[in-house]
Amino acid sequence: MGEANYPADLKYHREHDWVRLEGDEAVFGITWFAQDALGEVVYFDAPDVGAAVVADDAYAELESVKAVSDVYAPLSGEVTAVNDAVSTSPGLVNSDPYGEGWLVRVRLSDPSQVDGLMDQAAYTQYLEGLS
Amino acid sequence: MLACRAMTALRRTSLHPCHEAAGARFGPFAGWEMPLHYGSPSTEHLAVRRDAGVFDVSHMGQIEVDGPGARALLAEALTNDITRIGPGQGQYTLMLADDGGVIDDLIVYALPDRFLAVVNASNVDACLARLREVGAAHDARVNDRSAEVAMIALQGPRWKAVVEGLVATPAPLALEYFALTEDMVARVPALVARTGYTGEAGLELMVPWDDAPRLWDALVAAGAVPCGLVARDTLRLEAGYPLYGQELGRDRSPVAAGVTWAMDLAGAGFRGAATCVAEKRDGTPERLCAFVLDEPGIPRPGARVVSDGADVGVVTSGTLSPVLERGIGMAYVRHDLAAVGTPLTIDIRGKHKQAHVAKRPLVDTSATKH
Repeated sequence: MGEANYPADLKYHREHDWVRLEGDEAVFGITWFAQDALGEVVYFDAPDVGAAVVADDAYAELESVKAVSDVYAPLSGEVTAVNDAVSTSPGLVNSDPYGEGWLVRVRLSDPSQVDGLMDQAAYTQYLEGLS
Repeated sequence: MLACRAMTALRRTSLHPCHEAAGARFGPFAGWEMPLHYGSPSTEHLAVRRDAGVFDVSHMGQIEVDGPGARALLAEALTNDITRIGPGQGQYTLMLADDGGVIDDLIVYALPDRFLAVVNASNVDACLARLREVGAAHDARVNDRSAEVAMIALQGPRWKAVVEGLVATPAPLALEYFALTEDMVARVPALVARTGYTGEAGLELMVPWDDAPRLWDALVAAGAVPCGLVARDTLRLEAGYPLYGQELGRDRSPVAAGVTWAMDLAGAGFRGAATCVAEKRDGTPERLCAFVLDEPGIPRPGARVVSDGADVGVVTSGTLSPVLERGIGMAYVRHDLAAVGTPLTIDIRGKHKQAHVAKRPLVDTSATKH
């Protein structure tokens, strides 16, 4: 799982989700902190392509052997792609949370919501406040 | 996502520093701070199925019963036929309340001069109280040794290869299933039993509290993989073993749980026998079964089993089987739905998933093999 890291080019949500902005679309995933807290991920209950996701609402579930965790949408929009590799190999969320472990791609309905997210510095400060 | 808990009130086993050094993630269990895993529960699980793993089970309780009336006490307090074991033999058995509810499930061993009951960590006090209550009418003593005895389980098909270089005599290597001997292991005096809770062959070793780290380190150095409570739970579920607090409890019928094989129903002189005899004769409304999901998903305790819109049962344990790579679990279901092969529908947080009742163990295991 490697050491804690939080890339500077991402935006972060307080429920420990990250966003990579790509034009009017965005890629979502969970942070190193989230995967570490959840432990070895064994199941990804993904949304359907075309499903609407709403900022701050759960859109998927990740399960470790012992626990189920809701995954929250950092921004609102419509799912345009689901990472099927995580469905078949859920451990990718642990081994590469910002790369191969991405969860969904979303066409954003309100890109201005990005202003409510944290940058790397704010998120790492937020994590320090939790410990 | 994170629940922070105060750990101050939790007890630690003498192996705590060994776990910390191995990178354990800890969690609370029955009042103890126990290792949940060391990074990857599924890797630990598969090590036990294919190779050998080692578990700290020092949280479990050890209660000694001795004196001229010890056997008579245990015959009254426990369900299995205690006359069937002599020195060096162990037996799975149950302790029931007078109404037939389960106080604990345990293993009792006969030693040359005493009996030793190994009980669940959460039930030490209840077992002690019950043994002393029943024991008042018998010439026997009941002593709690839990604080002095550490316990390590070595489990997996390669257990002999791990331990053979550490034992003083070959006796532990030749033990029959559920037999027990005394030996020195890694220069530690140990009670060594051919028992376990994973479905695999192996040993459970009871040693003086402060000697446990030396034995643990020797077993790990000999190739056993440290395993936590998460793997212990997934292993016992694949093996189809009930867990106290989930499949067994005060409000559960042991007859419905299917553990009548551990009851002397012919003699029926044990406390709680009347209910069990009646339920065995008349049947119970529910039966415990093991099941395998036919589609992706992980059943969890509390999930409902449904049929035509009606509740017909409840899941008591569930996980993803690392061997089968499918959701598995145990459930109490309406009695007519418990036969192997019966299709079940399980409501997993609103999604209906198809499953079927499966024969236990759910995977190939080596427990009874030599």
